[in-house]
Amino acid sequence: MGEFKVHRVRFFNYIPSGIRCVAYNNQSNRLAVSRTDGTVEIYNLSANYFQEKVGCEDGSVKLFQITPDKIQFERNFDRQKSRILSLCWHPSGTHVAAGSIDYISVFDVKSGSAVHKMLVDRQYMGVSKRKCIIWGVAFLSDGTVISVDSAGKVQFWDSATGTLVKNHLIANADVQSIAVSDQEDSFVVGTAEGTVFHFQLVSVTSNSSEKQWVRTKPFQHHTHDVRAVAHSPTALISGGTDTHLVIRPLMEKVEVKNYDAALRKITFPHRRLISCSKKRQLLLFQFTHHLELWRLGSTVATGKNGDTLPLSRNADHLLHLKTKGPENIICSCISPCGSWIAYSTTSRFFLYRLNYEHDNISLQRVSKMPAFLRSALQILFSEDSTKLFVASNQGSLHVIRLLEGSFKHLHTFQPQSGTVESMCLLAVSPDGNWLASSGTSAGVHVYNIKHLKLHCTVPSYNFPVTALAIAPNTNNLVIAHSDQQVFEYSIPDKQYTEWSRTIQKQGFHYLWLQRDTPITHISFHPKRPMHILLHDAYMFCIIDKSLPLPNDKTLLYNPLPPTKESDVIRRRTAHAFKISKIYKPLLFMDLLDERTLVAVERPLDDIIAQLPPPIKKKKFGT
Amino acid sequence: MAALEEGFTLSAVPLGAGPHGLLGVEQSDKADQFLVTDGGRTVILYKVSDQKPLGSWSVKQGQIITCPAVCNFQTGEYIVVHDNKVLRIWSNEDVNLDKVFKATLSAEIYRIHSIQGAEPLVLFKEGAVRGLEALLAEPQQKIETVISDEEVIKWTKIFMVFKHPVLIFITEKHGNYFAYIQKFNSHTLSKYTLVLGQEEKSVIQSFTASVDRKFISLMSLSSDGCIYETLVPIHPSDPEKDQRVVRSLLLKTVVSDDARNGVALTVLDQDHVAVLGPPLPSSKECISIWNTKFQTLQTSKELSQGTSGQLWYYGENLFVLHGKFLMVIPYKCEVSSLAGALGKLKHSQDPGTQTVPHFVNWETSRGHRLGSQNSEQSKRILRRRKTEVNVQNPASKQLLSAIKKDSEKHIEEELCKFLAIKPTPDFNTIIGDIVSELLGRHKAEPSFYPRNSLMQLIQTHVLSHSLCPGLMEAALEKADVQVLQLCLQQFPDIPETVTCACLKIFLSISDGSLQEAEINMESVSDYSDSVQEEKMEEQTEVLHNGFNAEEENCGNCDRELNKKPQDAAEETMSCPVIPKRAALLNAILHSAYSEMFLLPHLKDIPAQHVTLFLQYLYFLYLKCSENATMTLPGLHPPTLNQIMDWICLLLDANFTVVVMIPEAKSLLLSLYKFVKSQICICSELNKIEVSFRELQKLNQEKNNRELYSIEVLELF
Repeated sequence: MGEFKVHRVRFFNYIPSGIRCVAYNNQSNRLAVSRTDGTVEIYNLSANYFQEKVGCEDGSVKLFQITPDKIQFERNFDRQKSRILSLCWHPSGTHVAAGSIDYISVFDVKSGSAVHKMLVDRQYMGVSKRKCIIWGVAFLSDGTVISVDSAGKVQFWDSATGTLVKNHLIANADVQSIAVSDQEDSFVVGTAEGTVFHFQLVSVTSNSSEKQWVRTKPFQHHTHDVRAVAHSPTALISGGTDTHLVIRPLMEKVEVKNYDAALRKITFPHRRLISCSKKRQLLLFQFTHHLELWRLGSTVATGKNGDTLPLSRNADHLLHLKTKGPENIICSCISPCGSWIAYSTTSRFFLYRLNYEHDNISLQRVSKMPAFLRSALQILFSEDSTKLFVASNQGSLHVIRLLEGSFKHLHTFQPQSGTVESMCLLAVSPDGNWLASSGTSAGVHVYNIKHLKLHCTVPSYNFPVTALAIAPNTNNLVIAHSDQQVFEYSIPDKQYTEWSRTIQKQGFHYLWLQRDTPITHISFHPKRPMHILLHDAYMFCIIDKSLPLPNDKTLLYNPLPPTKESDVIRRRTAHAFKISKIYKPLLFMDLLDERTLVAVERPLDDIIAQLPPPIKKKKFGT
Repeated sequence: MAALEEGFTLSAVPLGAGPHGLLGVEQSDKADQFLVTDGGRTVILYKVSDQKPLGSWSVKQGQIITCPAVCNFQTGEYIVVHDNKVLRIWSNEDVNLDKVFKATLSAEIYRIHSIQGAEPLVLFKEGAVRGLEALLAEPQQKIETVISDEEVIKWTKIFMVFKHPVLIFITEKHGNYFAYIQKFNSHTLSKYTLVLGQEEKSVIQSFTASVDRKFISLMSLSSDGCIYETLVPIHPSDPEKDQRVVRSLLLKTVVSDDARNGVALTVLDQDHVAVLGPPLPSSKECISIWNTKFQTLQTSKELSQGTSGQLWYYGENLFVLHGKFLMVIPYKCEVSSLAGALGKLKHSQDPGTQTVPHFVNWETSRGHRLGSQNSEQSKRILRRRKTEVNVQNPASKQLLSAIKKDSEKHIEEELCKFLAIKPTPDFNTIIGDIVSELLGRHKAEPSFYPRNSLMQLIQTHVLSHSLCPGLMEAALEKADVQVLQLCLQQFPDIPETVTCACLKIFLSISDGSLQEAEINMESVSDYSDSVQEEKMEEQTEVLHNGFNAEEENCGNCDRELNKKPQDAAEETMSCPVIPKRAALLNAILHSAYSEMFLLPHLKDIPAQHVTLFLQYLYFLYLKCSENATMTLPGLHPPTLNQIMDWICLLLDANFTVVVMIPEAKSLLLSLYKFVKSQICICSELNKIEVSFRELQKLNQEKNNRELYSIEVLELF
């Protein structure tokens, strides 16, 4: 199959931001996750997808009217003395419960005045604690208010009388989040100890109509504070400081015990944070507020499989580029030649020219960017680094010609009429003739760059696209979807290739379909047109289209090297999917040249080591 | 178990200023709300759980309320009578009683009865009864006279029987009592003469009644302090004829017989009555709960400020006028469980042995107990339960007759014969009879003590303590450790008092007399036979387990011990008691108990015996900790849990005493060190956890190697 030198990179010091808030929408089966750095991620629970917005925090309850195109400030409620940390509407919309420090207020929406102020006991394990912070409130339609607080309590209040009905002490630390199911028969709370508790409304005795809230299941999937929880009809969703998003299906609600019923733990973003200059062997790392440019090392030694080769030159940190202002970086790219770096924040687009003089590099910002280049969702350079493609968040695609130190706007592809969907994935053919772009749901559009017009649209598929690439020479477009399907589409022929039809007919191996991270990058071997290289967070795969496809009975992943005597068998059982699981979690993998790969790993332990220490729990004694 | 809970005062206003105390406490149509009618002029509506009045109404100056206010459950209105003849009916919203509905009747009213599900009934002093509606329609109607001249109504009550009200009232004339039962579905009035029996002279001071399907069970508290029960049929065989009903003694001397007033009685449920009055001639007044079935006093509460001799009971609350204030005492009768009565269940049951039927024949035991009591009560027993001593098979008959007169030897032979016969279904009751017969003879002639027969009987596995309560008593008396050990091993239901009495004997009996006794030694293995040197080594390990004797923070207390660690070790190594005593103590350790009941009795054990027992337990603990499984050698050894539980129990019960004894000092120090070492272990483990985590981290770092490397990969 092939022997590669692999640059194994672990110096990408990426720390995902802690999850601050999660919200689940039942109709679209989508989940919104906001992180501490201000980003909002939208997860399609059958796939995954990404967006960005910003939030704020203030000292009073403000009522905003949400109109289709704007959010309008409507009313200020009675100002409270302290911060309001949690809010919940009564399902009928007549009242709002607000959790504050040491008390919960119930507001009447019409008058804007506080109807009840329910004081919360500060006592914590018999000792008076400083303050009792109401981290979360939930308002049920029967008027019950459920509060969770920093003293480890889950309390049930009667909002009609303002009295405490029931008290559950569930943790020695803060209970930080609460979410109630739509049926109001179950809810979930998350604690600072990383535990998630499930509460259910169950009958006191069998066949009795009297029901009460009972703590039913504890789950410990987190090491740190669970700052946010959500409750979908079939799953408990939790996220927190340890940056994992955990989706725990409720087994009693899952009808079919298939792979969807398995626990999902999402740690890494489903998008690329790394770009690579093949010519100069450079890696550009994207962080929230800065970019880092690294040059890979080199070696002259050779070895056999598994060897670590001695370095003749180590990797260098060339550049640390900080953004101006508080905005987060949305996307970034380095040109294949290594002379250009482009990145975009929510409102500004930046382009830099890099000059290399022996070991010194100089950076020069290209000024006077046109006004239409304000914010980009994806940036891509053509293979020869003469063109820059920018996908704006309004759905248009800009084509810019790069000259020495300046640029020229060539063309803008306007979005298809009737769609406002913005493109978030781009791919350009190595010959520079074709540009493919994809949004979230609609199909992939292929543009002819020479004639600056739309060439064709690949029919849309039920699942969002996670990666795109155009093969050299053949100009076959390879598309990976979130349901783990991979299609190959011939751009010149405007149809799916024979190989793609074959694999769709036969179907992918069941283990391939059961992977739970999406394919985030596709690349090709310049000398082996039959090979497709792709990877997700836990595996790297070379698909050899010349070999037979595996069926469900064949072993998909065989890490053992074949012995000589079994060569015949090997040839007989060899199949198209060559998988390596050596590098994980794998954030990026690309082919630098015919015999060299670069793999960027981000070991979980390195992330954990940089998180604040979790609440220590004694294991022995009392 | 019936219990009185902590009472609370209902009113802040003094009540019962009138000569007759309170007129009454009556239920209103809302749960938890009660109408209290003061002897003077006021009616107050209380909400009991809130302890606060909801409303208060008074009649005009010069008028006097003569009959307690009641609530008409059908309309929710309240009715009161003032000046004997004037009815007032009002509702919650009314403020002034003067302005509410008024009806003046032609005859004097004794009482208005109101009960859920029926219209209120008015009982006139002359014995006539009218429904309220009929009366209000024509207030001045003529009321007939039912009872004779000089006959006075003493007490009355209403019941619902098959959805129809039944009214009973008791009259008195020249010391004779009559009961009238008025039924409203058939409009019949029956009259009964209460025959007082032997206690002719006594005056009845209080009545109460409960009803079942056919009878009204009328209970009366007489001036001799006894409670009598009279069953009055609801459906008389011949309504026209004057009938007589006899009363029988139910409970003897529940209150002092010279208590002239302040005595009252009320029935709580099937088996419980509440009695108000001084239990002894000189004592203060008390409220007490009696179980009529078992004739036991369940609980009592002293009312130091005196009462008015009136008692009301509704729902779960007893109402009593305590001093000048109305007191509410919640009453609870919880279902008692047999397991609770028997205490902790035995832990281990040898899988090989046949399981002992833990069946206690309550009927037999009760028969025995009650039978031996006063003959006065035998009448009642016969009336209640017509069971007879069952027909016995000839072998047991022969044996029973042999027991009466023959020698111990002969009895033994007869017993062997009897036990050889195949057991019949009533085997255990017969065995119980035999034992009680044997014990009966032992009581009569103390020299007769058929130990061998008794031991044989115990080993039949069917006896229990409740089946033959006298057995262990006799054995304790005789200090027969052999029988006691057997009993402890066999009986599932030994009371904690007896267990403790056994313990006292086992600890105090001299070594000499123990040597003679034949004691089952299977729970004791020879602790001294293993290699001494090896043990010594392990011993020091135990002492140093997580605890360093040389550690500075041990303080002065350890110095003494540190000086002669060798002595201490040697001292603890030899068993502090002889093996036979150890076997007996092990039987105690194995026995079932309930901590709460055992603790008070443990306090009675002399200090030196406590020390000895503690030493033995500590010795057992050290033996336990010698091996990894923390068990003792032997066939039936005490478990570590049993040992630890008993150490805790003994220390809990006798701590102040043990602290004072010089001999116990070293022992306490060792125990203290032991606990301390446990704490040390836990804290060390916590420390190790941190170290482990560091090691884990190091390990991870090793795996991670460098941040950058170039490797060779071959894909196959």
